[in-house]
Amino acid sequence: MAEYYEPVLLAQVGKPDSHTRAVYEQAGGYRALRKALTEMSPLDVIEEVKTSRLRGRGGAGFPTGLKWTFLPKDHPGPIYFCLNADESEPGTFNNRIIMEDDPHQMLEGLIISSYATRATTAYIYMRFEYPLAYRRMQAAIDECYAAGYLGKDILGSGYSLDIYIHRGAAAYICGEETGLIESLEGKRAWPRIKPPFPAVEGVFRKPTVVNNVETCACVTHIIARGAAWFQSIGVSPDPNNPRDAGSLGPKLYCLSGHIEKPGCYEAPLGITVQQLIDRFGGGIWKGRKAKAAIPGGISMGLLRADEFDCPLDFNGPSKYGCLGLGTAAVVVLDETVSIVDFLHNSARFFAHESCGQCTPCREGTSWALKILERIKVGRGRLVDLDLLLEIGDTIGIMPGTTICGLADGAAWPLKNAIRKFRDEFETYIRESNPGGYGDTTPVPSLSLQELTLLGSH
Amino acid sequence: MPTVIVNGQEIEIGANERLNGIQVARRAGVDVPHYCWHPGLSVVASCRMCLVETGRRDPETGQISMLPKVVPACQTPATDNTVFVTDSDNVKAARAMVEEDLLIRHPIDCPICDKAGECYLQDYHFEHGRAERRADLKPFTSRRRDMGDTVTLFVDRCVMCTRCVRFTREITGTAELMVINRGAHEEIDVFPNHPLSNKMSGNVVDLCPVGALGDRDFLYSQRVWFMKKHEGVCAGCATGCSTYVEENQDQIYRLKPRENPHVNKWWMCDEGRYGFKHIHSEHRELLPRRLGDNGEYGTADWSTLTGSLMADLQRAGRLAALVSPHLTVEEAYLLCKLMREIDPEALLAVGPIPVIGSDEVFPNGFAIRAEKCPNRRGVEAIVAGFNRSESGWRDVLTQVANGAVQGVWVSGGYKHDWCDAATADQLSSASLLVVQDLFSSPAWDVATYQLPAAGFAEKDGSFVNVADRLQSFRWAIRPPSGVLPEGHLYWRMLGRNGLYRSRVVLDEIARDFIYFSAAMEPVPAVGVDLKVNQLAGVAAS
Repeated sequence: MAEYYEPVLLAQVGKPDSHTRAVYEQAGGYRALRKALTEMSPLDVIEEVKTSRLRGRGGAGFPTGLKWTFLPKDHPGPIYFCLNADESEPGTFNNRIIMEDDPHQMLEGLIISSYATRATTAYIYMRFEYPLAYRRMQAAIDECYAAGYLGKDILGSGYSLDIYIHRGAAAYICGEETGLIESLEGKRAWPRIKPPFPAVEGVFRKPTVVNNVETCACVTHIIARGAAWFQSIGVSPDPNNPRDAGSLGPKLYCLSGHIEKPGCYEAPLGITVQQLIDRFGGGIWKGRKAKAAIPGGISMGLLRADEFDCPLDFNGPSKYGCLGLGTAAVVVLDETVSIVDFLHNSARFFAHESCGQCTPCREGTSWALKILERIKVGRGRLVDLDLLLEIGDTIGIMPGTTICGLADGAAWPLKNAIRKFRDEFETYIRESNPGGYGDTTPVPSLSLQELTLLGSH
Repeated sequence: MPTVIVNGQEIEIGANERLNGIQVARRAGVDVPHYCWHPGLSVVASCRMCLVETGRRDPETGQISMLPKVVPACQTPATDNTVFVTDSDNVKAARAMVEEDLLIRHPIDCPICDKAGECYLQDYHFEHGRAERRADLKPFTSRRRDMGDTVTLFVDRCVMCTRCVRFTREITGTAELMVINRGAHEEIDVFPNHPLSNKMSGNVVDLCPVGALGDRDFLYSQRVWFMKKHEGVCAGCATGCSTYVEENQDQIYRLKPRENPHVNKWWMCDEGRYGFKHIHSEHRELLPRRLGDNGEYGTADWSTLTGSLMADLQRAGRLAALVSPHLTVEEAYLLCKLMREIDPEALLAVGPIPVIGSDEVFPNGFAIRAEKCPNRRGVEAIVAGFNRSESGWRDVLTQVANGAVQGVWVSGGYKHDWCDAATADQLSSASLLVVQDLFSSPAWDVATYQLPAAGFAEKDGSFVNVADRLQSFRWAIRPPSGVLPEGHLYWRMLGRNGLYRSRVVLDEIARDFIYFSAAMEPVPAVGVDLKVNQLAGVAAS
């Protein structure tokens, strides 16, 4: 990998008034839009994005061009485009940086993507906790209408598009593709069962594409600089694995936790955790040693310090037992952190955010939290660890027991933390509960007083 | 024909049938446990109890490739060469997990729960659950709040299948129920001041697979295992919903809808569901009485009364009968036959049809009819079969009032007041007035013979609903002592031997009237459509 990398997505970030159209256009903005709308057909745009092998930046890494081709051909419309700006994975803030400091970059990509998918309405589903991003995005949209980049007959191409911002009500599940669609429709954000996929039946039962903020920002540059440029960055597909789509292009990494310089940094896909920490993060803070790191948002699991050579591309983390790249939000934990505390905090998050639709996730996440609460206060038993692992192994779409991936996200920290740091858990339980750690009876005995039956009459 | 493989067993399904894994497994005799799925509601696949393994058989090679995970059977369509495995270790483990999860916060207050005995959580746990409890939580709370006048919610018993929520959204369209909060704190609730108050609200109690939604009318009144279930037909309106009458020792405790795709699907309205109370009313007339020569009513027992009644009728002169739309087809037939046997010129007319309001049709097509009687179509067909000319009951009354008719038989069975003082006044001109009814009325008070009638659950027979569907039913409870069901009385008076048998009468009717010819064959539980044969009969003639 090249030692020096010139940022593309973050090129404007940090410059004065980078969020205004004037500054963005000075830097060459909206040339890609002009090019796409005047020189390219929607199919050309899709073909270009497909050639670039751009994979979705929201977490799952699904090839973007392929997703667009799933839309039904010759649909009478309307087709909707949803921009997923409900960034709520713990540790993740790259979408916020883009929306706050360079909204036009993303808007340009959004308009191009909508043009490619023939969508006539685009919704930006934005997290409620992003007030500055909301104001700047709305201002940018207004500027685009004024400049003729939005509205009727954009740049004389005959293509019309309206963009609306919808602010969520602060729930993690609204970032799930179909949960977002339900929420946008004004319903409870309970993810839908698939099929039908949103490309066939999405918002208001019409074909819908849901893409991430960073994905759209990438589309801008793919059109502006060409697919070949995009392919020159990152990790090429494994020629021996025909199913590998590769990990190409630049990526925004959110670096936080116990490092000297937390922040959002841009690097080619495939940079390792150690390189990120050393090159951008300024090392572990206070001269301490690292203990573990989350590779891409808390739901992706946990890496031990000796696994920091894990490349952060779409295939890397899974080779180390993690769920995947996720949002590429690296959170570093130093040696003073108790993994029990970490896991308790993680379990608390997922128990709070489980939408409650599927039984295994609703009950499993809250049960795991209760067990961890008990371990934490010194009434843990060694058998609890196996129980937690069993919960972790049986919830999620991978074993097939839930509708959406939230449960997988809840399961991975559980599985990784206990499998990779089992010694620490066992030591904690033995030391904090010397009288009862070895207890294996299924039910902790309850006193008669505790068995008060609250009558229902 | 598409072939589906369930646990190695090949099942053929119809070419255009759209079945899911649960339905196709049922055809193979395999029960796939489920909570949230209901054939009448949309699929949400959220309870995850119906998890099975699925795969596909290659039609060319016959090789089967399975998916590497479990899937909900309710959401998996059964198409040609689909493979379902419902008894593998993976499936068993998944079921045990869901059962364990559902019981983590369940109060397990079965001893004080109405649902115990017919609870899916109990049944499935017994069959698929783990033997021991591993959860370290103490779930012993049992919060309760009322959803409306008919339904109460035991919050902690809920398994969040959302059947009730979907019912109010998809079937009634009233959408009172909703889910509040998130995750393990989820609860079913209503908006403040917007209680569950639609006319089909009782159905959510039937839909609830556990004891969360309780019927306030039935609450704590009977353990379900004491009750006996009888197939019945609701007599509340002209829709004629198929029901189960559940009783213990001749006391009805509740009515429940019985699945009938041609009539009521899985539902019934609250009016019908709670409309059995009159049968146990303390105001019911329970003894037959005859007006003596001294102007006083004297009680009579049925054996002597039958003879004197017969003699009085034969003496009376011109006879007329008002045939109530609450009578069964068989009873109406026997009554008409009896009248015509005594007086071949007897006037026969269908009694008053109680109509209240207008028909109410719900978004899914379920209708509550304004016509509050179960058998107008059937009685009309019988009377029309006996009559050469049509005459309404008002014409008959006029004839009675002007002295052209001397003996009148009025059959009742009405739940509501059907007879006003003017009607009674006209009727009183008859020298012999026989009134057969559940409750006293102005006509009852001027009758020569007061004959208590039997309620809808106390007799055998058949009703024909508004869509010409004939449904037969047997008695569920015995009438109170002193009451002789109408059919029994007519049977005796016609001098027939043995006990009243409605099926024998129906055979006669089916033979005599082309409208009823479809009832020649044994009537299935979902009834027979008389219209089909009616049309065929018209075409033939």
